[in-house]
Amino acid sequence: MTDLKRTPLYDLHLELGAKMVPFAGYEMPVQYPMGVMQEHLHTRAKAGLFDVSHMGQIILRAKSGTTADAALALESLVPVDILGLKEGRQRYALFTNDEGGILDDLMVANRGDHLFLVVNAACKEADAAHLAAHLSGACAIDVITDRALLALQGPDAEVALAAHVPAVAEMAFMDVIIAPSAFGELWISRSGYSGEDGYEISVANDQAVALTRALLVDERVAPIGLGARDSLRLEAGLCLYGSDLDTTTTPVEAALNWAMQKARRAGGDREGGFPGAARILGELAGDPTRLRIGLLPEGRAPMRAETPLFASETGGEPIGTVTSGAFGPSIGRPMSMGYIASEHSAAGTQIWGEVRGKRLPAVVTAMPFRPAGYKR
Amino acid sequence: MKYTEEHEWLRVEGDLIVVGITEHASEQLGDIVFVDLPEADTEVAKDDEVAVIESVKAASDILAPLDGTVVEVNDVLADNPGLVNEDPLGDGWFFKMKVEDLSVLDDLMDEAAYKDFIG
Repeated sequence: MTDLKRTPLYDLHLELGAKMVPFAGYEMPVQYPMGVMQEHLHTRAKAGLFDVSHMGQIILRAKSGTTADAALALESLVPVDILGLKEGRQRYALFTNDEGGILDDLMVANRGDHLFLVVNAACKEADAAHLAAHLSGACAIDVITDRALLALQGPDAEVALAAHVPAVAEMAFMDVIIAPSAFGELWISRSGYSGEDGYEISVANDQAVALTRALLVDERVAPIGLGARDSLRLEAGLCLYGSDLDTTTTPVEAALNWAMQKARRAGGDREGGFPGAARILGELAGDPTRLRIGLLPEGRAPMRAETPLFASETGGEPIGTVTSGAFGPSIGRPMSMGYIASEHSAAGTQIWGEVRGKRLPAVVTAMPFRPAGYKR
Repeated sequence: MKYTEEHEWLRVEGDLIVVGITEHASEQLGDIVFVDLPEADTEVAKDDEVAVIESVKAASDILAPLDGTVVEVNDVLADNPGLVNEDPLGDGWFFKMKVEDLSVLDDLMDEAAYKDFIG
């Protein structure tokens, strides 16, 4: 594990009893002594604190000095309306490639005089290179390496964070602020990856431990590892890049049409103009051959990633594949996400997943598996 | 009680051997959410994959510790797999086996040897 990077919270994770695992080039906590199941349930009942410092933080600043120019430049790489993103707001986006596949998924915030991007850990070097290759004419690209990133998620997140930064109570889902605090300037969004209300908080590396300790003093807040992060996001129907999204899946196949606003679609003010537009706009107009769906196995056996899916209990060729599957602690049953031939994608369709040579019944199900608790 | 290198425990009960996984194994696996047990009256050879445990993290195979016949399985685990975490040496047992000769147990580790094994 000598080549693995560590976040500023590494020593604190060990002190808290975390089990550390390699993840996206970092040594990260997969669970604490509470265990994955209880960590998951604690986050849904109270509040969970996650170290997500391995993720990439990038600032895009237009060389013209006009943020709209940075927005228009970024629109050349994403099928998303960035120009229409108001100051103080954040939006989900996707970097696409020329074939319409997904290079990464990310968050983009308009912070007035610049755009702030949060990208996946495993993709962050490639994303920075992608931005540099295409946008360095129009934008200064600043990869932030001196800040950690925490996520505080759950129904008690607001009260726990407001004790240190009162302004967060006034934020709506997907608002972003830059707030002074006892831990220096914090960059806060009201968002996350758990299906709960909560925040992501960027803090200077040298203040990260102090902020984390201060948040953990609140007995409603518990440290949560990557294990529960994965089951929380899956219950919420959220995609994991590298599992549910990759360069072979298009945004339409991934059922992410909601992330592509009217302005970028056929007939919109800024139709197309992003990599893979021909394929993506074609799929938006017609029917993609496969779609991302949710699945609820009827029994208790989880259908994990790579489980092949069939239209019948015996015979036939696979009609799809599971891309994420786990037990859902809050729904008390296993759940999966995957891709399936479009004609089998309607909610309620009975299918079978082959687990250890046995075909087990499952039902195509709308996601999220558990309703989200976002503060709209 | 006897132990295997696969972290199973074996306990003689009359002319049968009760098999489960050790506390150490159940801790390593984490929260167990599903146990796929064999059918009763299944003949097994040592190291056959006879059962599967799914934890929140991953699936793990349970190997037959000995040649013999599985004569009874712990059906309660189907609805309450968490018993394997709560009481791995008791109510969280997996299955009962019949073997030709109980003396095969002599080759397995005793508790002291198993404790050394897991360090």
